[in-house]
Amino acid sequence: MSVATLLEMVLAAVVLGLGVWTIAARQTYAATVGFVAYGLLVPLVWVRLDAVDVALTEAAIGGGLGGVLLLGAAAQLRATEMASAAEEPGRVVRLGAAALSVTISAALAAAILLLPDPAPTLAPAAVANASATGLANPVTNVLMAFRAMDTMLEKVVLLLAIVGVWSLASDRTWGGRPGPHHQADPHGALAFLARLLPPVGIVVGIYIFWTGADHPGGAFQGGAILAAMWLLVIMAGLTDTPPASSRRLRLLLIAGPGVFLVVGLGGLCFGLAFLAYPPTLAKPLILAVEVAMILTIAVTLGMLLAGVPERGAQQ
Amino acid sequence: MTDTTVFGLCAAAAVGLGLYGLITNPQPLRKIVAFNLLGSGVFLLFGVVGRRGAAAGFGNDPVPQALVITGIVVAFAATALAIALLLRLFQTAGSATLRDGAPTNTGIDPTGD
Repeated sequence: MSVATLLEMVLAAVVLGLGVWTIAARQTYAATVGFVAYGLLVPLVWVRLDAVDVALTEAAIGGGLGGVLLLGAAAQLRATEMASAAEEPGRVVRLGAAALSVTISAALAAAILLLPDPAPTLAPAAVANASATGLANPVTNVLMAFRAMDTMLEKVVLLLAIVGVWSLASDRTWGGRPGPHHQADPHGALAFLARLLPPVGIVVGIYIFWTGADHPGGAFQGGAILAAMWLLVIMAGLTDTPPASSRRLRLLLIAGPGVFLVVGLGGLCFGLAFLAYPPTLAKPLILAVEVAMILTIAVTLGMLLAGVPERGAQQ
Repeated sequence: MTDTTVFGLCAAAAVGLGLYGLITNPQPLRKIVAFNLLGSGVFLLFGVVGRRGAAAGFGNDPVPQALVITGIVVAFAATALAIALLLRLFQTAGSATLRDGAPTNTGIDPTGD
């Protein structure tokens, strides 16, 4: 382990400074912009921590899609800002919160400084069992095989989130299309980019997905890029969001958890265990699950960003 | 001070900052942002601990990495749901406050339900 370089010191200071700005800024929009900048710099920290898979996910989902979501909400809620300024908590609450936060930060810092040496690690176990799946990327191995249950349940969480968002629709717009129908100047920069970028973005997304078997990347990162391309085309008004009642859309939403569950039950039926892959078929099965997953992730992330159905299906 | 310690302290501070913002800021959107900051700090702590577990030719323990990737996606889904709830509250009540007994638009939903 090396001594911290100047780059790392500066990076940590800038990330922390943006974190302070996010909490302390007066205007909500300014704070949100600060958080988006924070979300785009944190991936650099992940790269320095040698976790490139996490860096890709954090950049695509935490920084990119999360930023769009928060900025959109901040712009819509700008009018409510003045009213809530009167609700600032009193000095006692502030001091209590500060004391609690400092205590927790200090405890975490102490825990980091007093970690056992040598550190416990599961990396050797992940290497020893890598031959069982035929994948070389240890993170994909953990996600798709060793801790496949987590990944499957996470797909279910995505599905529950979209059900939750859709259930907020009013009776009139039930099953309708989310978000406004975007209209952009057909000769403007946005429409131009929405025609230029998706072919490149789709190739990059599929490449990141495919290379995830052996190198950093995978279905999450690739799916987020595909979702971003879809949203770009929607925001430029070149296409519309599908209605929530669309059968094809719903099939795509359940494809990931569905295929995962079928493969998992197959492992149970053929004598091994739930979510166990037969060694000879491990790679094709994982690939099948991942193909279904990337479609589900791309569509779910896109629809989560599009939000609550606001227009009837016919509009 | 090693590189992991620097980022570990940074992560610990992010957790504290997020917690402070979550408690003291009255605006729901700011609370959501603060909660995301808190979560990001927790993920980074995972990364720092995983970095110390570098072994067998990997720079970072793959198990915490996979858990953090799952966590980031779940955090995004939860944030999207929270924002949808908040925007719907704003739409029906005309304000976005968590205060008890806040004045609302006479309880009649303009969107018709």
